[in-house]
Amino acid sequence: MTALAHAAVDPGADPAAPAPRATKRSWTAYVLLLPGALWLGVFFLLPLVQLASVSLQSRYPGFPGYYYRDVNLDNYASALTDYAPHFARSFLYAGLATLLAFVVAYPLAYAMAFKAGRWRNLMMICVIAPFFTSFILRTFAWSQILADEGWVAGTLNFLHLLPGGNIINTPVAVIAGLTYNFLPFMVLPIYASLERADPRVIEAGGDLYANGFTTFRTVTLPMSMPGVLAGTLLTFIPAAGDFVNMELLGPQRGKMVGNVINDQFLAIPGGYPVAAALSFTLMAAILVMVFLYVRRFGTEELV
Amino acid sequence: MTPIPRRRRQPMSPPAAALASVATGGLSRRALLGTGLAAGTGLALTGCAPPAPPSGGPASLKLPKDVSDSEKVLKWANWTAYLDMNGKETKSPTLEAFMEKTGIEVSYSEDIDDNDSYYAKVGPQLRAGQTIDRDIITLTDWMAARVIRDQLCQPLELIQMPNVVSNLLQPLKDVSFDPGRQHSITWQSGFAGIGYNRDKVGRELKSLDDLWADDLKGRIVVLSEFRDTAGLVMQSQGVDIDSDWGRAEFESALDFIEQKIEEGYIRKVKGNSYMEDLTSGNAVAGITWSGDIFVLAFDTEDPSWTFTIPESGGTLWSDNLMVPITSTHRSNAQLLMDYYYDPAVAAQVAAWVNYVCPVDGAQAEMEKIDPDLAESPFIFPTAEYIADNNIQAFRVLSPDEDIEYADLWSTKVMGN
Repeated sequence: MTALAHAAVDPGADPAAPAPRATKRSWTAYVLLLPGALWLGVFFLLPLVQLASVSLQSRYPGFPGYYYRDVNLDNYASALTDYAPHFARSFLYAGLATLLAFVVAYPLAYAMAFKAGRWRNLMMICVIAPFFTSFILRTFAWSQILADEGWVAGTLNFLHLLPGGNIINTPVAVIAGLTYNFLPFMVLPIYASLERADPRVIEAGGDLYANGFTTFRTVTLPMSMPGVLAGTLLTFIPAAGDFVNMELLGPQRGKMVGNVINDQFLAIPGGYPVAAALSFTLMAAILVMVFLYVRRFGTEELV
Repeated sequence: MTPIPRRRRQPMSPPAAALASVATGGLSRRALLGTGLAAGTGLALTGCAPPAPPSGGPASLKLPKDVSDSEKVLKWANWTAYLDMNGKETKSPTLEAFMEKTGIEVSYSEDIDDNDSYYAKVGPQLRAGQTIDRDIITLTDWMAARVIRDQLCQPLELIQMPNVVSNLLQPLKDVSFDPGRQHSITWQSGFAGIGYNRDKVGRELKSLDDLWADDLKGRIVVLSEFRDTAGLVMQSQGVDIDSDWGRAEFESALDFIEQKIEEGYIRKVKGNSYMEDLTSGNAVAGITWSGDIFVLAFDTEDPSWTFTIPESGGTLWSDNLMVPITSTHRSNAQLLMDYYYDPAVAAQVAAWVNYVCPVDGAQAEMEKIDPDLAESPFIFPTAEYIADNNIQAFRVLSPDEDIEYADLWSTKVMGN
């Protein structure tokens, strides 16, 4: 998230610097930056500092739910050792969901951008429509659709295609739920970058005797990379921290890190510090992964 | 490193605070010893003692102004299937009558899925003196004890509630966590036992071990309240949960539950939302609360939903109405509490929720509604029924045990 924010802020700040009447111009730039900076300060930095402070606190012996200020690094030790499998599982499931979402989203975005014609707006509405209902409600609806006595599980069981006997409360249901819930975040940026692509450049590929696949591989795909990059980030980051899909669709064993944080916050009297440490660790881990990813695949512009 | 207290109330030494809590009924004698001991060793060993405990004396209690006279509103947080409803489940007849009678607009919400998760949400707000937008909260005994001990609920004026004074069942007039019922009024009591669908299971389930059958593998849900789930398992392992037992007994029950989850018998560990799994058919049996199963049978029009106390025994608990410390509608809340202690109203609620009714005289009123229900041991249990079926209340845990056992429960059963 910060990577995106900085990317958005920098272009605004840069042109102001080399201007001849530097004092006046740069002052304007700072004023223009102020609302954004304030917003970040109040709604991002301040809670972050608070979270960091909580993550170092200790439980109050004998008083469930109370803490005192301390520098208790055990919270982080517990986050890194006790819950390492949960982190691994979160990144695995989020990674798989991102991959699946990409596989589904790219052809869809491609069709919308180049083939849809007059259906384009309708397709766009279909992609966005799920946002009209709450995320939790939609996931809850899936838990009903995939229920043991629902028609999906019923049909698959009838055809003997379901080895475990149930879909819901399995990791498969969780990954499917994550893919479904974050799909629009993958489709929209890819569509945006494909739609902007100059069709003449793609035609030029044909003129230069490249077949369809080669044109796609060497022209279309590279042109859509900013969209793919943004889409994968917008899918992976929230999916890695998600707990709703696991809560509603997942099994009792093999939870994701979001569920552990949720449990520590809600189910344990005195779990706030460990939950805060887990949140911080998750954030740092995602930041590092995103940084490496953007370094490796990043382009000049995002979207 | 000297820690700084997070709360700015009058500090108190640990033994004094514990004494104060005993005076208000939060701790047993055993718990008092535990607290003193823990605080003492903490001091001796680390030299980095925690600050004075976060509890003030009764003098420090500041109540907000009661604006009930000018604002005829009341917001009540309760559990699922815990109030009589009309056929469409949109309105409660007794609540409608109350609004008609008093002119108070009640907004009723089924906010509470589980004591821990609800209190984790509202507790920090109450401690910070913020409103939680609720005037009545409904919490189980042990959680009520914690709320009272932390002074996060308002003292009630029993003199304003004549029905409560005369009709609250005798044993409930003096409970360990709230002597003289200064802070809480029982809403309903109930049992935890085995709930199942007799048709889908295809046989009677009598003991807890009947749940671990191969044809029920993965179709069992259990409660996320450890006092109920672990309580039942401990009873099946021969522990008297209302008397002395320790970590060893608790851990052995948790190991058993963990094993049943890993072997795939237990599908989910859930709060009140376990009813969704029973409704959808994902689960056909489980450790459940008594009244819910009767409501389920009514809602699904399927009389084969059955509740039974396992042979080894069941748990008994009560949920309590309390006014959060920041509520400004205490008088309205008291009117409502008093209203539900009218035996006729209480019988109407009991006829729908099927939980143990705490109101004296409701049984006679129930005769008029449904004579069968007036005989139901799940609504009007006799002392012999409780004793014969080995129904016990989970013993009061000390605050240290509370944290320790909740941790164990969370890592062994809930999480992973």
